[in-house]
Amino acid sequence: MAVRLIKMVPIHKGLEPTEIAEKIKENFPDDVVEVTNFRNIVSVIVKKGRILGICKYLHDEPTLCLDHLQDLCGVDYHGKKEPRFEVVYNLYSIKYRHRIRLRAQVPADDPSIKTVTSIWAGANWHERECFDMFGIIFKEHPDLRRILLPEDWEGHPLRKDYPLKGPELEKDWPGFVEVLNRSKELEEFEWKG
Amino acid sequence: MLENAIRPEALDALIKIGINVGIAIIKIAVVLGIGLLHVAYATYFERKVIGHMQVRLGPMRVGPHGLLQPIADGLKLFFKEDIIPANADKPVFYLGPVIFMAASMVNLSVIPFASNFVIANINVGLLFIFAIAGMGVYGIFISGWASNSKYAFIGGLRSSAQVLSYEIAMGLSLVGVMIMAGSLNLTDIVKAQEQSIYGMYAIPQIVAFVVFVIAAVAETNRTPFDLPEAESELVAGYFTEYTGFRFALFFLGEYIAMIIMSSLAAVCFLGGWTIPWYITKVLPFLKYVPGIIWFLLKIYAFIFFYYWIRATVPRYRYDQLMAIGWKILIPVALANILVTGLVKILL
Amino acid sequence: MEQVERIFETRELNVNMGPQHPATHGVLRLVLDIDGETVVKVTPYVGYLHRGIEKLGESLTYFQALPLTDRMDYIASMANNIGYCVAVEKLFDIEPPERAKFIRTIVGEMARISSHLLWLATHALDIGAMTVFLYCFREREWILELFEKICGARLTVTYPRIGGVRNDISQEFLDSLYKFTEEFPSRILEYETLIDQNRIWLKRTIGIGVISAEEAINWGLTGPTLRGSGVPYDIRKHMPYDAYDKVDFEVPVGTEGDTYERYRCRMLELRQSNNIIRQCIEKLPPGPIMADAPKFTLPPKDYILKDMEHLIHQFVLITKGPAAPEGEIYVATEVPKGELGFYFVSDGSGKPYRMRVRSPSFIHAGALPRLCVGHLVADVIANIGTIDLVLGECDR
Repeated sequence: MAVRLIKMVPIHKGLEPTEIAEKIKENFPDDVVEVTNFRNIVSVIVKKGRILGICKYLHDEPTLCLDHLQDLCGVDYHGKKEPRFEVVYNLYSIKYRHRIRLRAQVPADDPSIKTVTSIWAGANWHERECFDMFGIIFKEHPDLRRILLPEDWEGHPLRKDYPLKGPELEKDWPGFVEVLNRSKELEEFEWKG
Repeated sequence: MLENAIRPEALDALIKIGINVGIAIIKIAVVLGIGLLHVAYATYFERKVIGHMQVRLGPMRVGPHGLLQPIADGLKLFFKEDIIPANADKPVFYLGPVIFMAASMVNLSVIPFASNFVIANINVGLLFIFAIAGMGVYGIFISGWASNSKYAFIGGLRSSAQVLSYEIAMGLSLVGVMIMAGSLNLTDIVKAQEQSIYGMYAIPQIVAFVVFVIAAVAETNRTPFDLPEAESELVAGYFTEYTGFRFALFFLGEYIAMIIMSSLAAVCFLGGWTIPWYITKVLPFLKYVPGIIWFLLKIYAFIFFYYWIRATVPRYRYDQLMAIGWKILIPVALANILVTGLVKILL
Repeated sequence: MEQVERIFETRELNVNMGPQHPATHGVLRLVLDIDGETVVKVTPYVGYLHRGIEKLGESLTYFQALPLTDRMDYIASMANNIGYCVAVEKLFDIEPPERAKFIRTIVGEMARISSHLLWLATHALDIGAMTVFLYCFREREWILELFEKICGARLTVTYPRIGGVRNDISQEFLDSLYKFTEEFPSRILEYETLIDQNRIWLKRTIGIGVISAEEAINWGLTGPTLRGSGVPYDIRKHMPYDAYDKVDFEVPVGTEGDTYERYRCRMLELRQSNNIIRQCIEKLPPGPIMADAPKFTLPPKDYILKDMEHLIHQFVLITKGPAAPEGEIYVATEVPKGELGFYFVSDGSGKPYRMRVRSPSFIHAGALPRLCVGHLVADVIANIGTIDLVLGECDR
């Protein structure tokens, strides 16, 4: 047991991103909606139905081995695009050094998608955050609670129809209302000059 | 009438008692005063020593070189608000620090500071110290319990387990000294050391001395055995909920316990107020230095050692601490007793 | 024992650790279920420092969102700025000049050193080694003073800019930095003298929080926390940005994946960072410090003061923001804590349509239960230390 120094060479030895996209298309022809390429990073837009299967394939397939879930987040295309939500998976293979981005479409009327916690344990908190911020429900998630916001918060702040300043405060979060009321009570002790 | 009631010899006896009580009170006042002053400046000493070891200066603001810092700290603690947690068991909460402090203070009474300066020269001095130190655990434990806080509770539990197990190791390490000196009276132990060829028992009883030092550090909850008050996990351990004066009592008690342990080491292993004959033989003028000076120097050296460890080592984990106590220290101390006893019988 | 437990109906003690607690490094809150001293269950609660940086970013132009990144990992704000700038540059498809790249590499590695020093200080303090704490702060102070020299700020620097850096660095700064790099290895030795072979330190760290390579990847751990488990994943090597492909350095990788190995990895990384800084100072090329891309970068200040066109140009850029091409991009950089990723969705306007921050501390905090369960209470503290949490970054 020892910590050793490794001389790593910055080379790319994996598949080209378009090749990975092709592979997904081959294996899941009905699910791929579109493939886009921006600055040589390929996004595969898929339907949400078999997302677990696609992720499992990408993770387990020996030539792909996309074992590192870099990021998982939601995007809200409110009024811009249909379906409204997208869940974005940024995948990377530490072994082969290639990457791909999956974008699963989630409609507004049924904002739910299967969880990938069983494939990447680290997805747990990402999904909780996504639920917290966008209200996308991850089915079969082991512990789907709000994570960054208080448990009794109403609304999902990163949705585009959520006002930047927050909703009307008096009607909103009881904790804040309590503080406001308390400050009114304490007004009598204020120094009037 | 009066002459009839109290016969002259009775009056004499009464006066004698009065003088004795008076002397005892003066002695107590002196010891208490000097003891508390030492505690105050032990904190200053600690902060300065550790400060300089850690490339900083320690207290510098109050008085020249921060010399008045302990007094300022003491005053601050006295005037701080005394907060009692709402659901605390109040009478017990009040009692905890008092027991802890009293248990530490009482021990000062049997320590011989110089050849004829000891408040109570009792013949079971060593046992008395153990008994009272054991009492201190109650203070820790009930304050942890009464605070009604989980951190304090865990701290109290840890502390009582730790103090009790290390008390055994410490007691066993001192049995060797008892066998060699043939007495439990602390003054006699010092005198026996003076007359022995070693001059101090730290030389023949080196194993016991090492065990004692380790156990003493653990007994006083100092680094690396400061688990009961392990700041990073238990906030402050058993006195998490204490403030102001009550906190100060714990603080005082802890430092007095440290001084007691140092003096016990000085008395039992380093020859108390005496210096070994082989030193005075080489440097005869040292004979004229009063005994109390030697005694204090030994205590200071030991306290410095405490601080030195604190600045150097990390903290043990609870199970590791218990393992050291039960699996290493106690067997080693027992073996030491065996060897000492055999040597005593055979020679 | 079980029978006794049944008769007395014993249950686990539920301890709430934090958000105000000496060892939780900010406002992490852990709810521990402990059975005696053994931890049975850990539930981390985060979000006490949530400021909605992602939502704020969507309402600001690309220039304006830069200072927000300082407030995430405030220990190494320079590295966060760089991560943001690299991502936005990739989106705009602009390339900073060589000199700016080298300067960024220098300050990024300085941030790594300062962050690792703070990590070592607090980690050691949590385990009880108090002296290391103050030794580390001595050197960290030095770095902060150097930061002050180049941009006037110590903590929230906002020094890198999209397309370069804010101002050029002086020879005086380079000289004092070089002096630091000469002195620093001996200081690292000083810390190691205190704890590296210390029996108590070894006992407290070896075999604590062990996580295998596969599992660490699966949990999404990155940075030294992942490399301690033996996975050679360093974004500086995998996807080089700035000048990392032009300097020569090695990546420390462990085998066991316990707290001690992670500690060793970070200690070796300190030396590597020191090396990188030295190389960058030696190789630092002359030239401009801002990219030549007038559509995306602000014109130099003296031109704005003299020249009408530049003034208008600056005005437009500041008010409307540089219009990014439509698309989406995820760019990761190696910050001291691990992989900091920025994901932008651009709709062609001056503001990002979606700005997502993938912060390493957030993922690491999620893995805390995996690391802590089964260990003792004291090891929870060691585990919090070893994953190097910064709650500002975790909660965003």
